Amino acid sequence: MISLYARRRAVNVLASSLMFLATAIGLFFLAWILWTTLRLGIHAMHWDLFVKDTPAPGADGYGLRNAFVGSLILMVIALVIGVPVGLMAGTWLAEYGGRSRSAALVRFVNDIMLSAPSIEIGLFTYAILVAPMGHFSALSGGVALAILMIPIIVRTTDEMLRLVAGEMREAAIALGAPMWQVVTRITWKAARAGILTGILIALARISGETAPLLFTALNNQFYSTDLKHPIANLPVVIFQFAMSPYDNWQQMAWAAAFIAITFILVLNVCSRLLLKGTVKRS
Amino acid sequence: MERTRAAADRDLKPAAEENRSAGGARALSADFLFRYVALAMALLVGATLVAVVVAIAYDSWPAIKVFGVWGFLKGRTWDPVSEHFGAFPFIVGTLVSSTIAMVLAVPLSFGIAVFISELAPSWMRQPVSSAIEMLASVPSIVYGLWGLLVFAPQFANVEPWINDHLGAIPGIGVLFQGPPMGIGMLAAGIVLAIMILPYITAIMRDVFVATPVRLKESAYAMGATTWEVARKILLPYTRTAVTGGIFLGLGRALGETMAVTFVIGNSDNLSASLLMPGASIPSVIANEFTEATTKLYVSSLIYLGLVLIGITLIVQGLAVLLLGTVGRGARAPS
Repeated sequence: MISLYARRRAVNVLASSLMFLATAIGLFFLAWILWTTLRLGIHAMHWDLFVKDTPAPGADGYGLRNAFVGSLILMVIALVIGVPVGLMAGTWLAEYGGRSRSAALVRFVNDIMLSAPSIEIGLFTYAILVAPMGHFSALSGGVALAILMIPIIVRTTDEMLRLVAGEMREAAIALGAPMWQVVTRITWKAARAGILTGILIALARISGETAPLLFTALNNQFYSTDLKHPIANLPVVIFQFAMSPYDNWQQMAWAAAFIAITFILVLNVCSRLLLKGTVKRS
Repeated sequence: MERTRAAADRDLKPAAEENRSAGGARALSADFLFRYVALAMALLVGATLVAVVVAIAYDSWPAIKVFGVWGFLKGRTWDPVSEHFGAFPFIVGTLVSSTIAMVLAVPLSFGIAVFISELAPSWMRQPVSSAIEMLASVPSIVYGLWGLLVFAPQFANVEPWINDHLGAIPGIGVLFQGPPMGIGMLAAGIVLAIMILPYITAIMRDVFVATPVRLKESAYAMGATTWEVARKILLPYTRTAVTGGIFLGLGRALGETMAVTFVIGNSDNLSASLLMPGASIPSVIANEFTEATTKLYVSSLIYLGLVLIGITLIVQGLAVLLLGTVGRGARAPS
């Protein structure tokens, strides 16, 4: 007969091993994905990737220059639109809205937008920009990415500003500073590492986004910097190339994936370092 | 912190008003401008959700007029040639692939979260939790690429085994019988599970770690085992937030596009077997959108998007409400 104690011990050992196994499974998949991307990505690295444009279907050669430039342009558009909007909205929430009901509502909507499927944002941008303009464009791609960035920036700005001690605001107001100067010169400055972290995280999130770009920026086989026309970009190139039967296209997809992951990991490490500095100081 | 802030708020507002009248006209107008620009941006953010729903509903109107609501939801044919569109196979595909993902990801996440908060030696906690979080920063297109070119071929080798063993179980066996192709509903569910794992884990870990130490320690002092503490202390205490985290993961799984598009196989045939290819709402939109030539075709695809919004909004709304302020911070993507 097994005693109750022995059974509880046995259950515990079993459960603990399963938890350990769960962790091992999670780490195994991470390692598998990163290792594959690293191995195949480095294998496909070629100088031509950075100086030549994407080759025609079936043609030999390597090149991703147009996609790099396109992705960069899209990110710049997204930053130019997303940062001011997100920063100001987050500032209103923290500095003016506070605990009011309207601020709570904006936060609720923002939290939903934070995890809204990116394909819905793509369809939305298609409906408001692409359909009325009549064609796909780099501009609409940038707007779609900006809409994806904004909730992240709003959230971090709001949270970081609310961490700033009220005494700092009081001190500035006591010196006669108007509210806008209190915000721009005192609280923004005090929270700048945190706010910047939010922007970096947002940038990392959008730099791999593909779904919204399918309905907006689309893709372009050629080099283009025209904002009114479709533009090449890394994620959609990966999508198109991975599905293709051509060997050099598939290799380029891995190279592009490797570069995208490296970029995102670097951004994440930067944001983590920045945040660590803030936490220590506050 | 919160209390000082609230107190400061009350004291500050009148002081700021006085300052404004005392300051020059320039300071006043700058102050006014700054405040209302900020307000306008906040309203813009608050209005996006409504705008998204309205704009997508507007663009799907032509399809709504033709197929109606029930006709579209229950329609089983998706035929671009004869322009007859029904969403049923894709709704099923979305729900099935997400269900597989949840069945796999929830227990795994729970295991990892308890491992990090209770079992792991302290030097191991931070690295393990950062590594799991890293799964969230891998872009979905890379999951797709890996899923199609690396995972699916390997999975095709495992499928005959699944066929022989799981397929032999009476009742549910029919789910696991089919040709070993690698790609299909089950493969999509597995890739989705890996993708949503970090989100659910992060929330569970945060709330488990935040559970008052005296609760856990009193249980341990009574002789409870780690497993008993996890089941009878941690879970009941954090029930709401854990449910919220699960809904959050579900929302992600339902709307995930790229990875699913790569591995689900893209077939609009309904099949009882999970090894057979299928399609989800996002995958069919992503696949066919650029090929859609007629207005009704495009509109039907956007209508599918509207259905997806309907499903995900409920799930996400629940997630946000359940998480309330508990999970704040935990949910910021890392």
